[in-house]
Amino acid sequence: MSVRSTAAAVRAGERSALSVVEEHLAAIDAHEDEIHAFNLVLADESLARAEELDRRIADGGDPGPLAGVPVALKDNLCTRGIDTTCGSRILEGWRPPYDATAVERLAEAGAVVIGKTNCDEFAMGSSTENSAFGPTLNPLDTSRVPGGSSGGSAAAVAAGFAPLALGSDTGGSIRQPAALCGTVGVKPTYGRVSRYGLVAFGSSLDQIGPFAATVEDAALLLEVIGGHDPRDSTSIPEASPDLLGVLGQGVEGLRIGIITELMGGPDRAASVEGIADDVRARVEQAAEALATAGATVEHASVPSTIYGLSAYYLIAPAEASSNLARFDGVRFGLRVDGDTAPEMNTATRTAGFGDEVKRRIMLGTYALSAGYYDAYYGRSQKVRTLIQRDFARAYETFDLLLSPTAPTTAFPVGERTDDPMMMYLADVCTIPSNLAGHPSMSVPFGTGDDGLPVGVQVLAPALDEATMFRAAAVLEGAAP
Amino acid sequence: MSDQALIPGWEVVIGLEVHAELATVTKMFSSALNRFGGEPNTNIDPVSLGLPGSLPVLNEKAVELAIRVGLALECVIQPSVFSRKNYFYPDMPKDFQISQYDLPINGVGSLELPDGRRIGIERAHLEEDTGKSTHVGGGGRIHEAGHSLIDYNRAGVPLIEIVSAPDMRCAEDARAYVSELRAILVAIGASDGKMEEGSMRVDCNVSVRREGTAGLGTRCEVKNINSLRSLGRAIEYEARRQVDLIESGDEVEQQTRHWNEDDGRTHKLRSKEEAYDYRYFPEPDLVPVEPSDEWIAEVRAALPMLPRERRRRLADAAGVEPSDTALTVERGMDDLAVDAIAAGADAARVLVHIANNLADGVGKLTAAPFAALVAMETGGDLTATQAKSVLADLVASGGDPATHASTHGFEAMDTSELEALVDRLIADHPDDWAGFVGGDDKERKKKAGFFVGQVMKATRGQADGRIVNELLARRSAEA
Repeated sequence: MSVRSTAAAVRAGERSALSVVEEHLAAIDAHEDEIHAFNLVLADESLARAEELDRRIADGGDPGPLAGVPVALKDNLCTRGIDTTCGSRILEGWRPPYDATAVERLAEAGAVVIGKTNCDEFAMGSSTENSAFGPTLNPLDTSRVPGGSSGGSAAAVAAGFAPLALGSDTGGSIRQPAALCGTVGVKPTYGRVSRYGLVAFGSSLDQIGPFAATVEDAALLLEVIGGHDPRDSTSIPEASPDLLGVLGQGVEGLRIGIITELMGGPDRAASVEGIADDVRARVEQAAEALATAGATVEHASVPSTIYGLSAYYLIAPAEASSNLARFDGVRFGLRVDGDTAPEMNTATRTAGFGDEVKRRIMLGTYALSAGYYDAYYGRSQKVRTLIQRDFARAYETFDLLLSPTAPTTAFPVGERTDDPMMMYLADVCTIPSNLAGHPSMSVPFGTGDDGLPVGVQVLAPALDEATMFRAAAVLEGAAP
Repeated sequence: MSDQALIPGWEVVIGLEVHAELATVTKMFSSALNRFGGEPNTNIDPVSLGLPGSLPVLNEKAVELAIRVGLALECVIQPSVFSRKNYFYPDMPKDFQISQYDLPINGVGSLELPDGRRIGIERAHLEEDTGKSTHVGGGGRIHEAGHSLIDYNRAGVPLIEIVSAPDMRCAEDARAYVSELRAILVAIGASDGKMEEGSMRVDCNVSVRREGTAGLGTRCEVKNINSLRSLGRAIEYEARRQVDLIESGDEVEQQTRHWNEDDGRTHKLRSKEEAYDYRYFPEPDLVPVEPSDEWIAEVRAALPMLPRERRRRLADAAGVEPSDTALTVERGMDDLAVDAIAAGADAARVLVHIANNLADGVGKLTAAPFAALVAMETGGDLTATQAKSVLADLVASGGDPATHASTHGFEAMDTSELEALVDRLIADHPDDWAGFVGGDDKERKKKAGFFVGQVMKATRGQADGRIVNELLARRSAEA
């Protein structure tokens, strides 16, 4: 049942919000132990909220387009009075005094927050194995990772714990786990969804976005959370786009380019490495499906995307090194005592942060240091500009671009935990959209040789989520 | 430049960094109140505490005030970018300060001192203030304190940092610069300029060089200067310290130093090697500030008259040099003076009264009765002493000078009465009179003083000294 029809039934009084929530809590009860999608299940709170919604409806009220629909929130989204850990010991026990804008908008639309989902610590990782609270496992095969960093949100949707979830995407943290768990995952245009209340990782790259089982559900969720917010200076001063209205419009006449540099293969020397053959085959099949539906599909070159990963691993850690300075033991979260304030800071941060977070703080601090700034941070910003220019050039010819979302299907738990470089490569196809600030989304399209889902990434120019969703809907319908 | 020869053979080079809190209602990047005093940690919100997930939103009023400052200092107003200045400090909530770095809102400009000299301004940029730590126990020193308390009311208060060129050469220059800057900031409503409340703070860069040499010496930055008086003392101490170092064969090390008001010395805080690497980079949570030409024009049009313009206006009205009007403008009495002069009052008397008799304020005094009073004085109806007394009445209760004068019984004395009195005194004091008639200039002056004094004594101050002097001169010529 689609989210739209569930909400419609709840709004019409045909179905109680309580029954919807109970059904999902039952699924959580049955399988959460195997998956560990959540850091916190808000069972009592979501039941109370459902009852409140049902009362409002009985009184003739209309809670809105997500009436009674459970939504799982990545644990780096601030929720008033509810633990928000970012998967880190350093924030254990901290309860924000305010809701993120996206969370407020969910409440205004009648949604029910069912829990806070597990993630890589401070969203740094591609497998959800970097959480201080233990890994999340892939509901489709618990020997595999769900991807990350929003692995808990992807797993929650894939496992049927919630029809909708929110994640955050700095370099692929929504799209890559969506691909690995077989769900739809969307990274909107930078500035489309307010970042107010999202605990920052890489501020110039972070975007909140939806997970859903279907393209339509994802569209509905993005419509609800999108739109201008004066509390985020980088928020785009525009209303949320109409997506549901364009979903059925097809791709007839659209020009779609397959990004050569992100396809791999022996005959493509200029490509990034590591794109698995089964994944590439599915993307090519998806391209054919779009062509069959009336689009013109060709190969497109976005040459500088091959440098995206390197630039990203300087820019994101640089911003993170500054964003994460405030976790100093002074005002909130963990405090480990020391004889002086600096000793207390050091002791707190040493005990509170995990290895990957420390690695990136050191990387970022180095990249911004006097004497190295130009060579690292400055240079990576130039690469970013190049990538933006190359995309702009590609979009002169194409309406949309296509690539794999992740180089491989879900990899085994533990396979890459000792090899950060291998782990980082999981985001090689998703990072360019973050650097450009453009929207892109992952749509499930068949499986790989191992029977696990493959995600196809649809990329669009800034602000054109509508066209992106049209192609996504076509792919969804054509998926094997 | 009065102190120029303070250390013979040496020239002191001074540049100042002045931080002023901008007089906005709310903070730089949030809706928490910008208010001095108040219970600790009451003017706070998620943004000013740097809570995870909070984001800064620029206060447009702070930008407007910064533009006012830029216009008043004749700066280039330019597109600007906020950066993060990263360092750990407990009273800095985010452990970085949002500040403008390579692209400040106000570029080069200048400040005109009352004597007409110009001090270069290198930049005047926006940044946010930090919170305030109180160290409890151990005499308030951080290293010995039992614990520290932090008040975040000040965290996020908008600041403008005004950086001068190294154009000052003595403590007096520096004091004049800070006074004038404060007057400008107050005049344009940008800041209340209260050094004692910390809403205006001065850091001072001092270096010395041998007179006649061109290059700059190694500088030291002196912090913790809380008044104009300490500014002067700190500069003089620091210059002397540097000269002593060089003259004894040592070198000045680039340092940040702390002025200690109690022992009257500066103390080393850290050397250049120990300076922080602030790892500045553009603040990704804010967009560049690009004030439109229209906005700048609006701000310019609404700008009130600046101290230098007030000095010039009064100087033109009074026919004096602008530097002669500094005190009147500083006292905020230039409107009164200009209006009184326009109403026909003698400009010199107006300025003298303001300088000598209105130190405690104008009270109920307005321009028209002030002008009338000065006219009575210059017309010989009141003596200087009587005028001063009537002026005090006008300040206390307003009204009309003639009424006050008659209440006091200040009638202009008949000249014939005065002549009789003078003649009698001449007859009574022949030796003094001989001294007046036959003495040199000095003796003549002395004796004139004697006779005027006698007349005043006899008339209980009602006589006009000027007329007495004329009578004495006439009798002397007749003699």
